[in-house]
Amino acid sequence: MNAIEFIGLTKYYKSLKALDHISFNVEQGQFFGLLGPNGAGKSTLINIMAGLVRATSGHVKVMGHDVVTESVSARRALGLVPQELIADPFFNIRQLLTLQSGYFGLRGAKQQAWIDELLARLSLTDKAGVDTQQLSGGMKRRVLIAMALVHRPQVIVLDEPTAGVDVDLRRTLWQFAKELHQQGHTIILTTHYLEEAESLCDSVGIMQKGQLIALEKTQDLIARHPYRHLQLELEQPAELAGLLQQADFAADVFEVQGLSPVKFKIKLAKSITTAQLLAWAQQQGVALADIRLQDAKLEDVFLNITESTS
Amino acid sequence: MNYYGSWTFFVKEVRRFYSVAVQTIFAPIVSTLLFLLIFGTVIETKILEFGNISYSQFLIPGLVMMAILQNAFSNSSSSIIQSKIYGNLSFVLLSPLTALDLYVAFVAAAVVRGLAVGVGVLLVGWMGYDLQIHYAGWILLFAVLSAAVVGGLGLIAGIVAEKYDHLAAFQNFIIMPLTFLSGVFYSIYSLPSFWQFMSMFNPFFYMVDGFRYGFYGVSDVSVGLSLVITLVFLVLVSAINLVLLHKGVKIRH
Repeated sequence: MNAIEFIGLTKYYKSLKALDHISFNVEQGQFFGLLGPNGAGKSTLINIMAGLVRATSGHVKVMGHDVVTESVSARRALGLVPQELIADPFFNIRQLLTLQSGYFGLRGAKQQAWIDELLARLSLTDKAGVDTQQLSGGMKRRVLIAMALVHRPQVIVLDEPTAGVDVDLRRTLWQFAKELHQQGHTIILTTHYLEEAESLCDSVGIMQKGQLIALEKTQDLIARHPYRHLQLELEQPAELAGLLQQADFAADVFEVQGLSPVKFKIKLAKSITTAQLLAWAQQQGVALADIRLQDAKLEDVFLNITESTS
Repeated sequence: MNYYGSWTFFVKEVRRFYSVAVQTIFAPIVSTLLFLLIFGTVIETKILEFGNISYSQFLIPGLVMMAILQNAFSNSSSSIIQSKIYGNLSFVLLSPLTALDLYVAFVAAAVVRGLAVGVGVLLVGWMGYDLQIHYAGWILLFAVLSAAVVGGLGLIAGIVAEKYDHLAAFQNFIIMPLTFLSGVFYSIYSLPSFWQFMSMFNPFFYMVDGFRYGFYGVSDVSVGLSLVITLVFLVLVSAINLVLLHKGVKIRH
């Protein structure tokens, strides 16, 4: 079953086309990364899914429920951690969580125990009585996560949750997200930290200028990337770029970057093997001090795709 | 309807204004009583009595209703504009509360605040003047219905407004003139005929007149007419609010 279905979604802000006929599904139980440069339309897409923004045309379904015509069921199934740091100056953390539970019709000892657990897991227990406006940015982010989880939604959407937070919270958050995923929750993440997306997300979608330009399993997307990087350190300085132009695999060398007279970073086709490189170096009399091959990362793939379509 | 959800939101709204009670309850009581002090003591010495009652006795129910109307409006309008500006309206919009759940809770909280201030003014007025209560039921009915109408108007203003400036314009150019020209301070029969005629188009006039009828058993127009017009406005304001909230006008972009 699909956790989320985007069907022909288009959104205009006056004459600006923020989303251009987006259609794709996120399967139940996936840890899905929604990536894209600023202004790509990620937050608009998420806010339409959460019912905070109305689509100009098209539909979104959350766990099979249309977010407009079956909004009550759709909202019960979804928990959103918004990008903006929101506070309510009139209430402390525990009061806010209790109120939010009440909006979902949840109350009683069992719900309070869940609130206590959320407070503990997010290291908020000792701050439970503090007014939310007095909290630091990181603490406010924790509160927003607790608010999104208070009704135990099946689908959890994290809109850039680690923007501006310290390393400790980032680790805590990812550990918590992994646990929720293991428990069967579907998680949708937007982030600019592509290392996080690579290690956490089993599938990714890449957006640019309101369009979905890639949608694939993360490892398949990386595997399809045609390049990798080679870092070379020579015993003595040499005119490496010129020598590589003479190589029989010169057509597969795309960029030679000199980091120092003896250190180079080379972008080359994935088809070139280490053995080929070593043989070439020996043949040219280039004495190697060190050689490191680096397979593509999600960041390389992301830059390659977004730059080629911009 | 999500009864517990709506109840929770109502409780939240009441706790919101109660947490700043000096500003939301006590200050309006004091400022309304200043009208009684000024008009009641200074003007009463120069103005004729209204039938068997003094000017102050006539004035107090009007001031109570004015306090109810102004504070019911303030409660719903300020709550929603603050939530929009702080961004915490998202918490509510992400919840399964429907347009009806939200509307009922917003208006009920506005009624509670309007009545809290109105009762405060009434109690202080009672200490200094001999007030009569002919029909307590009419008093309560007009107080609740009028607060609901104006609480609903406040909600419309809060939804439509994008900043405090817009809200202030709504309050200063619509609510305030309609309140002051509704017969709070005078009987419309003391006005020139043109302004008597114009007063008939002011819905607040019927609210004040019906409310005052509960105290003294006399009114400028039939209490039944006042009730019907107040109810018509309640239905109209409710319908507009439900459409705005359901469509998400200015709150779901």
